[in-house]
Amino acid sequence: MVEIYNLKKAFNSHIVLDDVSLKVDRGENLVVFGRSGTGKSVLLKCMVRLMEPDSGKIIIDDKDVLSLDIKELNNLRKQIGFLFQSAALYDSMSVRQNLEFPLIRHFDFSPEEREQKIISVLEKVSLLEAIDKMPSELSGGMRKRIGLARSIITEPKLMLYDEPTTGLDPITSKEISYLILELQKSLNMTSVVVTHDLLCAEIIADRAIVLNDGKVQYEGSIPELTSSNDPFLKNFFSHEFIKEN
Amino acid sequence: MNNKTPTSAYLNSIENRLNEFFIMIAGLWTFSVQFFRYVFVPPYEVYEIRKHMNELGIKTLPIVSVTGFIIGLVLAMQTQPVLARFGAEAYLPGSVGISIVRELGPVITALIFAGRVSSGIGAELGSMRVTEQIDAMEVSAVDPFKFLVVTRIFACTFILPILTVYVIFIALAGAYIAVVLVQNMTIEYYTNAVLYSVEFGDAIPGVAKTFVFGYIVGLVGSYKGYTATNGTEGVGRASTTAVVVSSLMILIFDMILVKITLWLWPTF
Ligand SMILES: Nc1ncnc2c1ncn2[C@@H]1O[C@H](COP(=O)(O)OP(=O)(O)OP(=O)(O)O)[C@@H](O)[C@H]1O
Ligand SMILES: [Mg+2]
Repeated sequence: MVEIYNLKKAFNSHIVLDDVSLKVDRGENLVVFGRSGTGKSVLLKCMVRLMEPDSGKIIIDDKDVLSLDIKELNNLRKQIGFLFQSAALYDSMSVRQNLEFPLIRHFDFSPEEREQKIISVLEKVSLLEAIDKMPSELSGGMRKRIGLARSIITEPKLMLYDEPTTGLDPITSKEISYLILELQKSLNMTSVVVTHDLLCAEIIADRAIVLNDGKVQYEGSIPELTSSNDPFLKNFFSHEFIKEN
Repeated sequence: MNNKTPTSAYLNSIENRLNEFFIMIAGLWTFSVQFFRYVFVPPYEVYEIRKHMNELGIKTLPIVSVTGFIIGLVLAMQTQPVLARFGAEAYLPGSVGISIVRELGPVITALIFAGRVSSGIGAELGSMRVTEQIDAMEVSAVDPFKFLVVTRIFACTFILPILTVYVIFIALAGAYIAVVLVQNMTIEYYTNAVLYSVEFGDAIPGVAKTFVFGYIVGLVGSYKGYTATNGTEGVGRASTTAVVVSSLMILIFDMILVKITLWLWPTF
């Protein structure tokens, strides 16, 4: 589903991604770890060309992303959901309008069908009561969940999550993790999940990578990574996370 | 290179400013070209355009009403004694009317509109930019330029002329009040005198140039907001520089357009 080869991205002289290569199979959940500022968000943004990488190759759904023209790119983007680290809800629109936004533009649903979809997706993130609120009336965690609802409402084939559970309480965070898992099962959705939340990663990950110094430095299942004797990993997993229960 | 001498630092800062200036000119030009490329392509986002026009109208109506009224009033108060000196008070409605219709109405409205609206657009789009809302729109395969920028420029372009016509009437009313305070003049006489001396050749170019002014306000505000960087500080900068730049551009284009109209339709 996703193949990335030798991706490089620098801001002026500051090299963020040096040489990143990775592969995600169809229906697989890949978790991306890495310390703050290692370029995880940049990596996700390059994948949908919100940022233009300096060099490298990105293949999504058999299409060479970096050589698509804007029309082909938009067709591909309709198949991709993106949850921003900051949720990025449209301030000037209510929650309902936020969720409707992609539906109105890319699908021919009747108003009733749209309403149905909005309600069902809000139920999934357990925020049905917020349907007529404005984003400014929501808490950070609620915004995140609405952001998640907005990105999955079109049932994309590929979801890119930028820290889906950061800022949520442990219970909601677990619910969201199971939701991601359920989406994978029911829609055969492929996901790339950037997270600092080990609990979430343990629930959803089929495989994980650790980004460091602009490269994919480690790769494996969560137990493999957490039980590794490598000094960096040992240090990383003992300090980055406060494990619950 | 950063030499430490004061002169070279000074030259450096001039060079940076010049650079910024030319980058902005190029940016405004690209935005303009993009606007005309997109504005005729469906979907037309009529709903958005109507929403913006409503908002802009409501936002600026009170202030342009007050200003228009006072400008008309003061203009007549100032002109009256001058004309009286030549015993030409009868020309008061005509001369005030022409000033208002040809120049003051359009330019004052445009400048107020610039102050109110281009800063608003700059702040609004700027905060959407720095909170990744524009990026979110882009990944959802909706062209944010079309949805956010084109609709705003379009709304500005068509709302300002409407406001201007309204302000012209308000200002003429203000002028009438000033006239009545010092001399006897019936409203019929005043209206007739204004209509007699103000011709279509005065009104058309006067109102027509406000399409350009409205376009400038929308263009500059959107450009500044859309290209904002550096978090909230950048948003603040976008909104203030939008006012400065659009006001200046309005005055410069006013000069050019007045020259062109005088050349096309010489007045006597
Ligand atoms: N638009 C930009 N301009 C310049 N530098 C940028 C830009 N975006 C990101 N960077 C730089 O790229 C680096 C990686 O940023 P990124 O947001 O990808 O980090 P991250 O891994 O997502 O961190 P976090 O876990 O804190 O979200 C940072 O050092 C940042 O300074
Ligand atoms: Mg990040």
